Amino acid sequence: MEYFNPVEVLERERLEELKLQRLRETVDRLYEKVPFYRKKLDEVGFRPGDIRELSDLQKLPFTTKDDLREHYPFGLFAVPMRDIVRIHASSGTTGKPTVVGYTANDIRVWADLVARTIVAAGGTPDDIVHVAYGYGLFTGGLGLHYGAEMLGATALPMSGGNTKRQIRLMVDFGSTILCCTPSYALNIAEVMREMGVTREMIKLKAGILGAEPWTDEMRVQIEEELGISAHDIYGLSEVVGPGVSIECGEKNGLHVFEDCFIPEIIDPDTGETLPPGQKGELVFTNINKEGLALLRYRTRDISALDVSPCPCGRTHVRMKRITGRTDDMLIIRGVNVFPSQVEAVLMQIPGLSPHYQLVVDRVENLDVLEVQVEVSPQVFSDEIKRLEELERRIAEEVQSYLGLSVKVRLMEPRSIQRSEGKAVRVIDRRKM
Amino acid sequence: MKVRQVSVFLENKSGRLYEVCKCLADAGVNIRALAIAETADYGVLRLIVNDPDTAVRVLTQENFTVSETEVIAVEVPDRPGGLAGVLAPLYDANVNIEYLYCFVEKSGESAIVVFRVEQIDRAIQALQGSGFTVMREEDVYRI
Repeated sequence: MEYFNPVEVLERERLEELKLQRLRETVDRLYEKVPFYRKKLDEVGFRPGDIRELSDLQKLPFTTKDDLREHYPFGLFAVPMRDIVRIHASSGTTGKPTVVGYTANDIRVWADLVARTIVAAGGTPDDIVHVAYGYGLFTGGLGLHYGAEMLGATALPMSGGNTKRQIRLMVDFGSTILCCTPSYALNIAEVMREMGVTREMIKLKAGILGAEPWTDEMRVQIEEELGISAHDIYGLSEVVGPGVSIECGEKNGLHVFEDCFIPEIIDPDTGETLPPGQKGELVFTNINKEGLALLRYRTRDISALDVSPCPCGRTHVRMKRITGRTDDMLIIRGVNVFPSQVEAVLMQIPGLSPHYQLVVDRVENLDVLEVQVEVSPQVFSDEIKRLEELERRIAEEVQSYLGLSVKVRLMEPRSIQRSEGKAVRVIDRRKM
Repeated sequence: MKVRQVSVFLENKSGRLYEVCKCLADAGVNIRALAIAETADYGVLRLIVNDPDTAVRVLTQENFTVSETEVIAVEVPDRPGGLAGVLAPLYDANVNIEYLYCFVEKSGESAIVVFRVEQIDRAIQALQGSGFTVMREEDVYRI
């Protein structure tokens, strides 16, 4: 199979027409159905029907993660709740996650997008798709699952963790496509070695890896150790989930499925749209979504667009692999973490000093987050067991709010560097 | 009967113990007994000094995390069975020992055991009831 949906190779002119038509319909519908957008569009003097060409998009207001939070949980939905058939959410600060809703049609469109990504990675209906992304509110697991089924492949809903069992079933069932974070793929390779399972004993041929930033060096390592072709997949729940873009066999950028999302690169400071090839903040506009459609959503991810034709035949624009963030968000084992979220958890523990630092490292291919906290006289005890209890308590609180296991390290007062102005909260030792 | 122990939080990095001792030395504080409990990342330094008030003040000024704890000091004969003998009444009285450390008196005839227990008053009663000398605060600081 070369592609899943003919729209992937639609000639550019027809694709532009389709985008314009869908953008106009989306903006007009949001103006009518979502008070937030009506107000925002009124502010820039926009009226239904004002979208006449694609460049008119640049006149529209941006949407941010804060806008989603302020309208928590369902305030930006464009359909009545009776039409919403699925909710997903990402972890948020102390109980305020980012919530997204899908209609039955949205679920079909999403599954179609993910089916396209599986085919781009070399998948066919004959494949067994081993989904080791987490199932639940996170979009990774269910997203890949529905895509595999849409393709007609066999979905294997493993979810994350229990690596030895993952490997045993991979051998027994003959899984051919692995879907997980790149760091987990390396972890699987390592546990395989420990178990004495060789490349020849598994049938994997491709990996659809994403939900965290990675490098070409990691790709080489994953491809060698597992004997697969590793493809970067990109997505975020606010826009749809996994399936916004995917690397084809060329592995030279990720095709953004423009019939559903219009990508832009902007200058994060001025908001100005930048020409193709220039690096900046990636922004998406949903043009084929009913439940929750966002106009010019600011991802905070840094990328660039490549409009040159791709030898694979897909006509859709390519985005460069994500090279960083415009904010301080960390992605650790697929979980999005803002330092402010950790801070909010720490502040709930009486007596804890507000001085903390997060150290991210990659140990044996897995991201580890160390939370360094200064020991104040209020929480200090001469008994080691009380100090260990404190460490455990902090780790448990972070785990329960952010869904992330961390190592807590108690530090002496003033040992965490004080800086003038903005404190240095994060030290990232991972090589990206 | 209760002795004030000064505890200091120390990160596991070179020079920290020296800095605590230097700080106490500069203030003319004399260390009578000392013990360290450690984990992989940090340690807790426990000190008996001749002048706990000054010790706490100067260490706090130097930004160390300091706390004070009440402990008891008991004189035991410096011979085989000395420590076992003093533990027996505590065991009988159901006193839970968090930790202890020992040092030998100048004369060399007896050892002094510093106890950190959960039930301090019950411990003092049990020890005195069995004929042990629970040292007075001033005497310990003066050793």
